[in-house]
Amino acid sequence: MQVADSVKDQLLRHFEEKIDKGDAIEPRDRMPDAYRKHLIRQMSQHAHSEVIGMQPEGNWITRAPSLRARQILLAKIQDEGGHGLYLYSAAETLGISRDEMIKQLHTGKAKYSNIFNYPALTWADIGAIGWLVDGAAIVNQVSLQRTSYGPYSRAMVRICKEESFHQRQGYEIMARMMAGTADQRAMAQDAMNRWWWPSLMMFGPHDSDSPHSGDAFRWKIKRHSNDELRQKFIDKTVQQAEVIGLTIPDQDLKWNEAKRGYDHGTINWEEFYQVIGGNGPCNQQRMDHHKQVHEEGAWVREAAAAYAKKKQEKLLNH
Amino acid sequence: MSQQQAIAQYCTRLGDNSLIQSYRLSEWCSKAPLLEEDLALTNFALDMTGRAELLLELAGKLQTPTRTADEMAYRRGERQYLNDLIVELPNTDFAFSIIRQFLVSAFEVQLYTALSQSTHTELAAIAAKALKEVKYHYAHTADWVLRLGDGTPESNRRAQAALEKLWPYTHELFEMAAGEDTLVANGIATNAATHYAPWIEQVETVLAEATLNLPKTTHRQRGGHTGIHTEHLGHILTELQYLQRAYPNAIW
Repeated sequence: MQVADSVKDQLLRHFEEKIDKGDAIEPRDRMPDAYRKHLIRQMSQHAHSEVIGMQPEGNWITRAPSLRARQILLAKIQDEGGHGLYLYSAAETLGISRDEMIKQLHTGKAKYSNIFNYPALTWADIGAIGWLVDGAAIVNQVSLQRTSYGPYSRAMVRICKEESFHQRQGYEIMARMMAGTADQRAMAQDAMNRWWWPSLMMFGPHDSDSPHSGDAFRWKIKRHSNDELRQKFIDKTVQQAEVIGLTIPDQDLKWNEAKRGYDHGTINWEEFYQVIGGNGPCNQQRMDHHKQVHEEGAWVREAAAAYAKKKQEKLLNH
Repeated sequence: MSQQQAIAQYCTRLGDNSLIQSYRLSEWCSKAPLLEEDLALTNFALDMTGRAELLLELAGKLQTPTRTADEMAYRRGERQYLNDLIVELPNTDFAFSIIRQFLVSAFEVQLYTALSQSTHTELAAIAAKALKEVKYHYAHTADWVLRLGDGTPESNRRAQAALEKLWPYTHELFEMAAGEDTLVANGIATNAATHYAPWIEQVETVLAEATLNLPKTTHRQRGGHTGIHTEHLGHILTELQYLQRAYPNAIW
């Protein structure tokens, strides 16, 4: 027992030395169980978020207001689905299958980003999702480009490029509406009012209340704290809002010269925990939709598998 | 009908076919049986919206007064749409959408191959671009026809049922609309009827390999070319045109 422990200690030391040097951890490397578990949790959550996020945006595909807008939205949603695929594959390098990850999503063991439990009610919401939600996601993902697990870090490099495109397209939707009719301006401001606070919540609880941070920092999975990232997002977004005439729905928002950043009002954490706990406006709808589609598609996946098997057998018999 | 009007009508028909196909495929977003297929179908929808934009832009330019592609797409009513009925039928299941796309794409490979040689240079250029896309749509859906036909008893049953329901609507693909004869004579358009023989040969070959039967019905459904549609088109346009209709002065 003592021997086993010392071997384990040695492996952990070796792993942590690698991390300290700033080397990437690759799929074949030895890694502590807790590291593997943390990554599976985080990467599958990330993949599920991309896929569940297709629902609120897909809700507007058939109603996009111009041929150009329709093409941009179709391309964006495809990108999100592609990120989902990419992240599922990256997570599979840790020894979990996509089927298993989907099962965990359906049982509630795996989560997805809370933000997608809010509804996309008007066309301006498509602008707000691109600009604010993807904008917040990028801040987080830019930081994750230097995360210690190689496949995750490489996925982030690629994903960031596309996300920054989405953010600009979302902003363009908002800018066009703010330069449009009174109805359009009201629609854009209304979307801003509804999406601002949930976007701030995307960075998670304040550092003092964040449950997963300890090991994640030590192992360089996480490189910046929730509050640091949130601050970055606010500082870059406030100015963008002002340029096109949108008001940030926070009366306490003000420039703090000393910290060279904005102070913001109190985040409604009660709402955050309610939504995480399953009581957001769309939690039930999103999960029901995903499960229903998965069940209804079973016969197609079975057909594809049966056909592949027949083909394989034919090859072997020749 | 002047030649210019005939070209405008022909391009409108092609554009409407692209747009309404795109609409039906885009309804699969976040609903496909596999994530890979979700991406494939919305990618096709993206190709088709792009093609619709080019064709409707060309059609709109030839009208008096001229109209933009968006005005063509978002400000015409049910009776002005000229697409074939087959593209507007609702997606009843994955087999239906796949079989339809296979039948239509097989036709479009023939159509755009011919149109890429059109004497109308703009139309020829659009067709050359479309051809690359429709070839891929055809190859992808033909693969799925094999999987569904020769997969499980359930997938075979669903694929055969879709084929039976769709078959009466295939004939309209091979018909021309009134006023388009001169376009064929001038080498601007292609006579759709000439594409039937290669189409049926190709379809028969794939269906046979997929263990599916060619439907026996001789029943024909038509009407799209004169703007007489199924009841489904009105609902498509209601959604598609909602924002443009509700806020007529807005630019998005």
